[in-house]
Amino acid sequence: MQLSFKSAAGPDGHLAASKRHLAELRPGETAVLEALDLPDDIARRLMELGFLPGHSITRSHSAPGGDPRVFRVDGSEIALRRETACRLWVKPALIAAD
Amino acid sequence: MSDCHSAPVATLSAEEKSLITVALVGPPNSGKSTLFNRLTGMRQKVANFPGVTVEHHTGSAVLDDGRSLLLVDLPGVYSLEPRSEDEQVTRDVLAGTMPGVARPDAILLILDCTNLGRHLVLAAPILHLGIPTMIVLNMADDLRSRGGKVDPFALAAQLGAPVALISAYTGEGVERVSEFLGSAASGTARRWQPIVQLPVLNNIPSCRAWATNVGGRASYHAPAPPIWTRRLDSVFLHPVLGPVIFALVVLGVFQTIFSGARPLMDGLQTLITISGGWVTQLLPPSPFRDLLIQGVWTGVGSVVVFLPQILLLFLFIGILEDSGYLARAALIADRTMSRFGLQGKSFIPLLSAYACAVPAIMATRTIENKRDRIATILIAPFMTCSARLPVYTLIIAAFIPDKPILGPLFGAQAAAMLGLYVVGFLAALMTARVLKSTILKSGYTPFLLEMPPYRWPTVRSLGLRLVDRARIFLRRAGTVILAVSVILWIFAHLPLRNGQAPEIANSLVGTVGRTIEPLIRPLGFNWKIGVGLISSLAAREVIVGTLGTIYGMEGDARSTGLQAALHQDLTIGGAFALLIFFAFAMQCMSTVAVVRRETGGWKWPIIQFTYMSTLAYVCALFVNQFVMRVL
Repeated sequence: MQLSFKSAAGPDGHLAASKRHLAELRPGETAVLEALDLPDDIARRLMELGFLPGHSITRSHSAPGGDPRVFRVDGSEIALRRETACRLWVKPALIAAD
Repeated sequence: MSDCHSAPVATLSAEEKSLITVALVGPPNSGKSTLFNRLTGMRQKVANFPGVTVEHHTGSAVLDDGRSLLLVDLPGVYSLEPRSEDEQVTRDVLAGTMPGVARPDAILLILDCTNLGRHLVLAAPILHLGIPTMIVLNMADDLRSRGGKVDPFALAAQLGAPVALISAYTGEGVERVSEFLGSAASGTARRWQPIVQLPVLNNIPSCRAWATNVGGRASYHAPAPPIWTRRLDSVFLHPVLGPVIFALVVLGVFQTIFSGARPLMDGLQTLITISGGWVTQLLPPSPFRDLLIQGVWTGVGSVVVFLPQILLLFLFIGILEDSGYLARAALIADRTMSRFGLQGKSFIPLLSAYACAVPAIMATRTIENKRDRIATILIAPFMTCSARLPVYTLIIAAFIPDKPILGPLFGAQAAAMLGLYVVGFLAALMTARVLKSTILKSGYTPFLLEMPPYRWPTVRSLGLRLVDRARIFLRRAGTVILAVSVILWIFAHLPLRNGQAPEIANSLVGTVGRTIEPLIRPLGFNWKIGVGLISSLAAREVIVGTLGTIYGMEGDARSTGLQAALHQDLTIGGAFALLIFFAFAMQCMSTVAVVRRETGGWKWPIIQFTYMSTLAYVCALFVNQFVMRVL
């Protein structure tokens, strides 16, 4: 699968891919969560909801205007505002998630 | 009739305290309350834990052999780490440290088995408590129809706790839960006997891995994604269709609250009037009869008449919530609400407040973030509730000529009415903004909203909600409103002169009105309006009846006699000031009482009452002075 998208990181698509955050996922796209750049108690709350490093996350629907967005994670759908989603760093899913 | 078998009769008595207590614990959206409703039916009540805003239901479950147990439905939690008030309460109750609540003798842990991997994580801290626990795997019907499976016996063997695979929605397998309750009532329910090692509780990744491991050994296969939910979401959350449907739903709720409820309310009004007439005929003329009819019947009746409107509103909210659409509505509304420091979940309570602030404030319970919830409670009474309508109708009809502005359908009177709705709405938004950037400023708390799968609401669950709400509403009408109506009537008929009630101007009420007259004179109000304002503290629309009594006219918003009398007695500035006063003032003791109950103390209702009254006074003063100088 060719990963290419607009990114400020420059022409090196691979480097950019490892530096994406959740808010950059396109509808239907799946990625693997790498890190939660959030205060500890909020990160723990998100982890309880399934946002655990190593788990795959799929972007689903969104509210009109694109914010908040719904993400499929660990068997359920959770809506996050952009301000939260852009603090969750992801890397591309190498194996297609089912 | 002839076959008499000993059916168990539900009785909640003084022995309630000595009953075996079973706590229902589970994550949000696990179907915990559905199971609770199924086990307790009508034998339940809502209560707040002392000193906190978290509400809980308690109820009694009656076993086949007639024994009963006390069930406590605890707030939905994802873990027992005390980060939110809900979690703190659940943790305290389970630890036995919640004052007034005994440590439960047994636990029903309700988990959604279509999402077992994540939900099973909660089993670790619960089993760790050492209280006899049954793991209830709910939504078995969904799991099966979506092609998933789990072996409850293998899970029970691993966890050393009984496991029931049930559907609280259809009732399938609930008898297994009753068996466990039976063993809990006999004290024979087993404590947890470890077979698998529990994970380190505060390490979430290891807890989650433990849950996957345990699930895997119980041959758990996660079900296929909910196809229908995805299909429906592609319509309801469609970039164009989504907002259109959302707007239609909102309009539908509005239309039902105002037009749909009208015939029912008129019918109830007629019933109250006719029954009042019967009572008048039955009793001999006496001051007591006058008190009963003019005080109690009219006063309490003017509030009870709103019952159909409130029940319709709750029916709507119930359907939206149980079907899963409410979460989508909150998602759609979130962005707009966030501009005023609020969030998507504040939207439905604020919409409800157009009918009545009391159910709206009760509906804020769906907002988990405490500061957002308080902010929503504080601004809800600014929304133009239906009790303001009779007052607006009376004053507008008396002072504003019905000249057409935009064609024959939209005249000056309609414009004035719409203007008052807008004024209330703007006051609410401005207040929210100020609150959220000052005393209710939240730190960084993320907006997290779980989207549950769509489901058909059940008649049973909707019915239980309505009974619950009707009970709360009527209890209030029977206590606070009754007391105020009686006191007002008595004060309007004292002091007696030669055994005769005085003219209203010379009564205690008149004296009070004249005492406060200097205070309200700058607003353009005379002592009669003052009496109306005091009486309307019970409920806003009471002022119409009061003014009717004072001016010796029929107390009816459409009474032309009363309109003419007001037109004579009040300046145009005073009339506009009165409208503005009613738009802003918290003239409703029921709202004050419900805010006290929902926020767990007097602090917020006092702040709110002071703020709204001051705002109302200052704005009414400004309006009157402005109109006097300009016109």
